[in-house]
This record gives sequence, C-alpha cells and structure tokens, in this order.
Amino acid sequence: MIEVVSQSRCVSCNQCVSVCPTNVFDKGEDGIPVIARQDDCQTCFMCELYCPVDALYVSPDSEGVMGVTEEELEQQGLLGGYREKVGWGRGRVPVAKHDYMYQLSVRSGF
Amino acid sequence: MAIQATARGQLSLETDVLVIGGGPAGTWAAISAAAKGAKVILVDKGYCGSSGATAPSGTGVWYIDPEREKREEAKASRYAMGGQLAEHEWMNRVLDRTYENMNKLGNLGYPFPVDPSGKPHKRGLQGPEYMKLMRKLVQKSGVKILDHSPVLELLADDYGVGGAAGVNTQTGDAWSIRAGAVVIATGGCAFLSRALGCNVLTGDGYLFAAEAGADLSGMEFSNAYAICPTFSSVTKTAYYSYASFYYEDGTVVEGAGSKRGRSVIARNLLAGRQVYAKLDQAPEDLKPLLRVAQTNFFLPFDRRGIDPFRDLFPVTLRLEGTVRGTGGIRIVDETCATKVPGLYAAGDAATRELICGGFTGGGSHNSAWAMSSGSFAGEGAAEYVLKLGDSAKSRSLRGLSSQSLTSASADGGASQSRTQEYVQAVQDEVKPYDRNLFRTEQGLSDSIGRLDGLWKAQRENAVSVSAEGVKAREAAAMTATARWMYHSALARKETRGMHKREDFPTIDGGQRHRLISGGLDEVWVSTERVADDAASQERQPVKESVTA
Ligand SMILES: Cc1cc2nc3c(=O)[nH]c(=O)nc-3n(C[C@H](O)[C@H](O)[C@H](O)COP(=O)(O)OP(=O)(O)OC[C@H]3O[C@@H](n4cnc5c(N)ncnc54)[C@H](O)[C@@H]3O)c2cc1C
Ligand code: SF4
Ligand code: SF4
Repeated sequence: MIEVVSQSRCVSCNQCVSVCPTNVFDKGEDGIPVIARQDDCQTCFMCELYCPVDALYVSPDSEGVMGVTEEELEQQGLLGGYREKVGWGRGRVPVAKHDYMYQLSVRSGF
Repeated sequence: MAIQATARGQLSLETDVLVIGGGPAGTWAAISAAAKGAKVILVDKGYCGSSGATAPSGTGVWYIDPEREKREEAKASRYAMGGQLAEHEWMNRVLDRTYENMNKLGNLGYPFPVDPSGKPHKRGLQGPEYMKLMRKLVQKSGVKILDHSPVLELLADDYGVGGAAGVNTQTGDAWSIRAGAVVIATGGCAFLSRALGCNVLTGDGYLFAAEAGADLSGMEFSNAYAICPTFSSVTKTAYYSYASFYYEDGTVVEGAGSKRGRSVIARNLLAGRQVYAKLDQAPEDLKPLLRVAQTNFFLPFDRRGIDPFRDLFPVTLRLEGTVRGTGGIRIVDETCATKVPGLYAAGDAATRELICGGFTGGGSHNSAWAMSSGSFAGEGAAEYVLKLGDSAKSRSLRGLSSQSLTSASADGGASQSRTQEYVQAVQDEVKPYDRNLFRTEQGLSDSIGRLDGLWKAQRENAVSVSAEGVKAREAAAMTATARWMYHSALARKETRGMHKREDFPTIDGGQRHRLISGGLDEVWVSTERVADDAASQERQPVKESVTA
C-alpha cells in the first residue's frame, strides 16, 4: 500500500491525486497531497510512475501497512526505483523498447 | 426510479456516443467512434490511462501474421482448452482487427522492440506505456474525458438506452450525460480481491446492462485465480512456468504447477498447508531477460529483499473472477450490440467466449478481444447514432438503477459499514476455493440461497449519489455478478473450460452450448447453441433453472 509522500521531494503537482485509480489522495492545504484513504489503495504502483520527482513509495504488501519511513527508503535507495526500471523520466528509454523484450519473446513465447 | 438524482446533476452534457470505462476496450471504442464522425465522451471511475487491469501490468497480445497456416494454428491452440465454445468467424475477425490495431499503435508511436532486421516485434504491450499513449490518442481525437466519474446508472426510454448518470468522486458533483448510444467497457469483476489493478473492477457494467434488460453469457467461466506471493498484489503468472513448488520443509509439492497444477496448490491451501514457490527452473542466461520484460513482477520481491530465483516465498491463489475468466454481457451481432437498442459492450465487460470459449489460458486473447471489440463497439455505436439523427435530443429519459438513488447521504457512517458487510458477505461466497474453484451442487445451492438474501437486502437500501454511494453500487454489482455466476455454474453439470464441477468431473458432449443468464430479483439461465454446429440460434430454457 501507499505509505510515503516525501515532504522534501514533493513539488505539489497533484499528478498523484489525478492518476490514482481508487482516489486514495486528497489535495493538501499546504500543497502536499495527503494519503486520505489508505485502505482503498490497490497497490498498483501507478502513482509512483507518474510522480515526476520520485516522492512516493508504495510498499509491496497489499493487505497491511509495513511502517517504512522516508529516511529508511532514502538509505536503501528505494525511492524512484520503479520509475527508473520502467524507463520513465527525462533522458530515459522506455523499457517497452528494450531488446530483451524481443529476445525473451523469441525464447519463451511470452 | 432515480429521477431526482439525475435531475440534480450539476453537470449535464449531451453527446453522440458515451463510453463507460477507459481501459483498452473503452479507449479503442472512443477513438473508433470519433473516427466515424461521432461526438464522444468517455467517463472513467478512476483515471483513463492508469485505471483497470492492463494499465499497471501489461499484456501479451494475440498478434498473428495473416498467413493462413499461422492463423489456423493460432485458432486451434486454445479451441479444445476453451471447451470448443469459440466461433471461427469471430476468431478471424478479432485476429484481423488486432493485427490492424497493433500496426496502428506502432505507427502512432508505441515503442515496440525491434528484431535483428529492424522490424518492430509486436507480441506484447507494456501497460503504463500503452495506456498513456491511448489516453493521448483519445484526447487527440477530440473526445472529452471525465476522470473519477463513475457511472451509477444508465438512462433510457422505451426506445432504448440514452445516456448515464454518475458522480465525480473528487468534487462530489453529480453528472448526467444524454447520448444516442452507450458503450459499456467497465472491465470484469475481481470482487475487490486486490489483484493487480483490479479493485476498480466490480462488475458494475454487468449490473447496468442487466438493469437495462440485456443478457449475460458464460458467467460460469468466472473463477480465474492467479498465483501470487501472499504478501503482494502482483498477479502476474507467466513466470511461474519456471517455478517449483515446495512445502515449508523443502519437499516438493507433487503435481503443482502454474497451468494445470493450480488445483494442487488450491487443495493444499484448503488443507491448511502453505505452499511456497521458487523460480529455480529458470535458466541462468534467461534471468536478466525475465527481470527486464516484467519489471513489476520483481518489484515486490526487490522491495522485500527476496531473490525469487533462489529464495522460497509463500504463494496464494488470488481471485480474478471474470477479469481473466471469459463470461460477460451477451452481444448479439458483429457490432458488439447487446439486445437492448443503443447499448453496446466491449472488453472484459462483454463475453469473450466467442474467441476463447471457457478458458483464456495465459492471456493474449483478452487484450486482443479488448482492442478489437472496443473498435467494433465504437464503430457500431457511432453508426447507430448517426442513423438516429436529431430525434435523440427530445427523448425523455429515466434512471434504470434497481436501487433507488437519493441526492443526500441518508445515514453517513451506518451505510458505509453496511456496504463493508455486504462486500465481505459476497467475498465469503466467491473467494473460497472449495466453493468457486471446486464447485458442487450443494455448495453452489447454499451460496445461491445466501446471495439471493443479500441481493434482497441491498435492493431495499437507498444509495446516495456520492463516493460512498459508488461503493454501495459496487457491492450490489458484486452480489448480482456472483448470482449469475453460481446460477450458471449450477446449470452446467459438467467440467468444461475453467468451470470445474467436483460432482461432474468430465466434459459432456451434450452440453456444448453457451449458458445465457440474466434477471435481477429472479435470476434465469437458458442455453444458446454455438454457431459453428447449428444454423439455428434459438434458445431453450434449462429445466432445472433455479430462481430466487
Ligand atoms: C495481472 C494481470 C495480467 C494480465 N495479463 C494479460 C496478458 O498477458 N494478456 C492478455 O491478453 N490479458 C491479460 N490480462 C487481462 C487484461 O488485462 C484485460 O482483459 C484487459 O485489461 C481488459 O480491458 P478492458 O478495457 O475491458 O478493462 P480494464 O482494462 O479493466 O478497464 C476497465 C475500466 O473501466 C473503468 N470502470 C469500471 N467501472 C466503472 C464505472 N462504474 N463507471 C466508469 N468507469 C468504470 C475502470 O476504472 C477501468 O479503467 C491480465 C490481467 C491481469 C489482472
Ligand atoms: S498504489 Fe495505486 S491505488 Fe495505491 S495510492 Fe498509488 S495509484 Fe493509488
Ligand atoms: S505526484 Fe509527486 S510531486 Fe506531484 S503532488 Fe504527488 S507526490 Fe507531489
């Protein structure tokens, strides 16, 4: 479930508020969105992909809150990792184009 | 019934074609209707581009070169598995349209990988990339998109469906849209099981269609369960073909597997024995490829510090219901029209039996169906409206909700917890493997008794036009879906496709027909011949069809 909105990174673009399919966020009075309906989070990771500054963290547990903190995530380098792998963000190449896609498809039929 | 709610709509719009749902099926429908010259509005419960089963995931696609031999092979590959319920004409049309649409996507900027000769390789689509592009294409074709705007009910008059009404869950504003034709592309029903991207898929479209008088088809093929780590939402299953399954003590679970061996996993879980997996069958040189090709498969593992190639991790079977099942709204012709004038259905919301019978196997048919049926429905709806002309404007429409809709939230918290109870009660009937995966006459009948009671209770509650009311309607749609599922499952006294009856464990040549169902307070089931083996399409009631 969504667990962290980084106060220091967020640039208040409200992309996450727009793209979350289950409407988990509310716009914040100070401009930083709040996780208003955490229980509705479906752990789809889409908000992370659309956040332009890697300010969000969705923990993998779909049933419960793990209680991670921004500091821990920073240390482990977990913020923004998914967006990087998908190849979204300035100067990156979308993973959709990756040569391995073709190679795997030829070898395994996926 | 819900006239005051629709009259209240702060936002009131008019269009030619209204598309409900902005996944692959809805976006293709919108683009295709616009290309025919129709004015189009698309509404989505979430956000067109990130919502639905495809967006967070990605799909293999049934993209087959038009050479005769390859096509015949592709059609034959799933025909028997699907219980011989697919129809060749439909498979041909969908293969053609999928080929065309995938080529279009390449031309419009989808970043396909290339083969060594530099030719784009079009066997799959990355969800986030695909749906971001689809949103852009929808906007470029002049379609108006309303996000966070779930439909609560359809609007109609005696001539057919003429629009829909709903609420914006972020502003709380009610809206209503008059339209010459409506395409339902709301996806399937995964019963809020938290499968990847599926919690917006609660069978709403089935309920809307039934309230308008349309039929459903193949609702017995609705028990898809996906292998998934117990701690995760990621129900991507392809890679489990490289998995071995173990008990806690490290001994192998005999017969367990990702395809036919799912039952073995289910029986162990039922007996209270946790099953673990490890992708230890993956060849070393394939691992980097696997990591790149399905990035999100590894996400939960990486974030937990698990190496799925080396470490055991506990697995479960998560219900995906009709999302990777095949049942849905019955369509009556090549334009994906339902039997109700002005109402069309596409994607998971419509039955997929026409191309894959009672089983979708490892995907690719679903995505092909979504993009093809979306195009057929969009074009069909546009042509219908353009023929209708201006007469649409003066129609006097009423709301079709079987629950009465009210403008104000009557009792706040009380109705919220009531909705949660209903959701839990439906889940208790559809999630257990010994009810839904392994079906028996006794189990189904018991569930039907309770579900019928649940429907009656929900039917009596007024639903407010608000975010909370949306959840109440979702709960009602889930109950209704479960009833069509189990009534159909009871009527199919054999094992065919994904439908497994413990008390009838083999396929019965005499039951090679589709099961049509419908009805709200009284659920009915009847049979329909598969076109290939009969010229006539007449329907016959099933003798033992159970009613409420
Ligand atoms: C994990 C996973 C992997 C899959 N892999 C494959 C694969 O490899 N190959 C394959 O072919 N298929 C695959 N599938 C199936 C495939 O994703 C679906 O068949 C496909 O997404 C169906 O498209 P759709 O447009 O009909 O529905 P969806 O993509 O589910 O979209 C439905 C849309 O309707 C909206 N909606 C719902 N209710 C309402 C309402 N009341 N009002 C307004 N809008 C509403 C939702 O918000 C959503 O945006 C997979 C599914 C899952 C879950
Ligand atoms: S993970 Fe998905 S459901 Fe959860 S907050 Fe992010 S976008 Fe919303
Ligand atoms: S998308 Fe990221 S930067 Fe934008 S508001 Fe949300 S958290 Fe802040």
